Amino acid sequence: MDKALEIQSVSKARGKVPVLCDVSLDVAPGERVALLGHNGAGKSTLIKAVLGLISTDKGTIRVAGASPGSGKARRTTAFLPEAISFHPALTGREQLTLFARLSGGGADVAALLDRVGLSDAMDRRIGAYSKGMRQRLGLAQVLLGQPQVALLDEPTSGLDPISRQDLYAIIDELAAQGTAVLIASHALTEVEARTDRIAILRKGALVADDTLEELSAKAGLPIRLRVRATGDADAIAAQTGGTRLNGASVEILCNPDTKMATLRHVTGMGDAVADVEITPPRLEDLYRHYAKEDAP
Amino acid sequence: MKRVFAIAQSEMLILRRNRWLVMATLIMVLFALALTFAGSAPTGSLGVDMLTVSVASMTTLSVYLAPLLALMISFDAIAGDADRGSLALLLSYPAGRGEVLLGKFLAHLSALSFAMIIGFGTAGAVAIWFGGAGAESLSALARLIVTSIILGAVFLTLGYLISSLAQGPTAAAGMAAGLWLIFVVLFDLGLLGAVVMDDGGSFTRSVFPWMMVANPADAFRLWNVAASDGVALATGMTGAAQALPAWAAPASLLLWPFLGFVAARAAFRRVEP
Repeated sequence: MDKALEIQSVSKARGKVPVLCDVSLDVAPGERVALLGHNGAGKSTLIKAVLGLISTDKGTIRVAGASPGSGKARRTTAFLPEAISFHPALTGREQLTLFARLSGGGADVAALLDRVGLSDAMDRRIGAYSKGMRQRLGLAQVLLGQPQVALLDEPTSGLDPISRQDLYAIIDELAAQGTAVLIASHALTEVEARTDRIAILRKGALVADDTLEELSAKAGLPIRLRVRATGDADAIAAQTGGTRLNGASVEILCNPDTKMATLRHVTGMGDAVADVEITPPRLEDLYRHYAKEDAP
Repeated sequence: MKRVFAIAQSEMLILRRNRWLVMATLIMVLFALALTFAGSAPTGSLGVDMLTVSVASMTTLSVYLAPLLALMISFDAIAGDADRGSLALLLSYPAGRGEVLLGKFLAHLSALSFAMIIGFGTAGAVAIWFGGAGAESLSALARLIVTSIILGAVFLTLGYLISSLAQGPTAAAGMAAGLWLIFVVLFDLGLLGAVVMDDGGSFTRSVFPWMMVANPADAFRLWNVAASDGVALATGMTGAAQALPAWAAPASLLLWPFLGFVAARAAFRRVEP
């Protein structure tokens, strides 16, 4: 089996409003795919369709070769819901024990809670947990068993920066053990370096599905060179065709294929240039490009 | 079945933690004791023992209390989980929806049974202590306990039904209050009005008893009344009980939990978490 998760031409409408239109997306074992889109773009709907929690009108979904919602699909899938909360009366250990018993495996609950940094809080009631701690508990249950597919809906919401680093370390571990990871997010800058492929949903339709490099090349988004001048910034702006930003800086926009030529030109100016900063197109630019324009 | 017990165990833990079990048991004990002592006055004039009178009073009480306690646990069972967002997660595990519902039902029914047995049992123990209990009144007490648990089971399943249909826990709580009012109060009032209007006609003689026994709360009352002459005497409900075959009330009460569970299961199937 080459694909852990296969989504083919899936459509779903709520009443007359289409929430998913002809979405096709594959995730291979060990691959990390970011599913991006603004609120209401259909990310959570797609995840729930993969879980078999909602029905689809058209198209097929296969999870580890099984249909969504089937016993095999449920056993092989791990899920982290958006803004998860649990029953406040249970302790973290009790909640995770329930999930371990439901999934049928004799998991080491205490070790898992330790792995997500909840070893001190495992016998406290979830009602006393912070949002980040509940999110960590949610993450612990993702690690139960060895899932073939992990679906994470906004996994970083409510986490502080250090917790986010931990989260991405855990996602990398999952991928390394062969789990196909699908991360729905609008935390754009974070998934940039952490995923193998990026899929963008806009109003229920998939408008992009590729690596970051390919996507930026297709979008033709410019690379920004920011040149700090030692003396006359206007002269540099005139020579390179850039625009002056302030007293000493010039911004030059160039394409990937003209980048090196422009750089050579800038360095050829010698002492007139104090510093050069290169900013490749960021995910946010890409996202704006694919999510707003009608033609991708 | 392992998964059903895992869910039941977790639900039981929640009922113990949020003090539902303690409070429900306490309420049952207090009411049972109050009715036993307050009801011991007319024993001489009716010629029945202390426990018979208190079973009659407790039957009347249980009609109100058993559905109320059951709905208090069950209205939140699905709507609460859906509201917290944990229902989607729970349903992504291998446990099926029927298993989830059955697990919750087992835990809630055990808790309800515990409260009923301790509460009514205390009344029985007190009556025995004062020498006011006989073989017949003890069997009436046992019947009261068993039928109260079945009545509770009916309203547990009806609670799951509205919990699946409601848009959220608050709506479910409101619907639970309405359901309680209809089954326990308004239904009887409506029937009473119809009987008065009919003035002893064919409705009163043939339709009314069957309509009455179709309501689980009334079936509970009729079963307890019909099975014990003493209780019937003390509650004054002999007329309705005699108009029906003996199997009608037990059949109705025993059928309701299954109907309720099937309806709740069907409604739960359609919930999109």
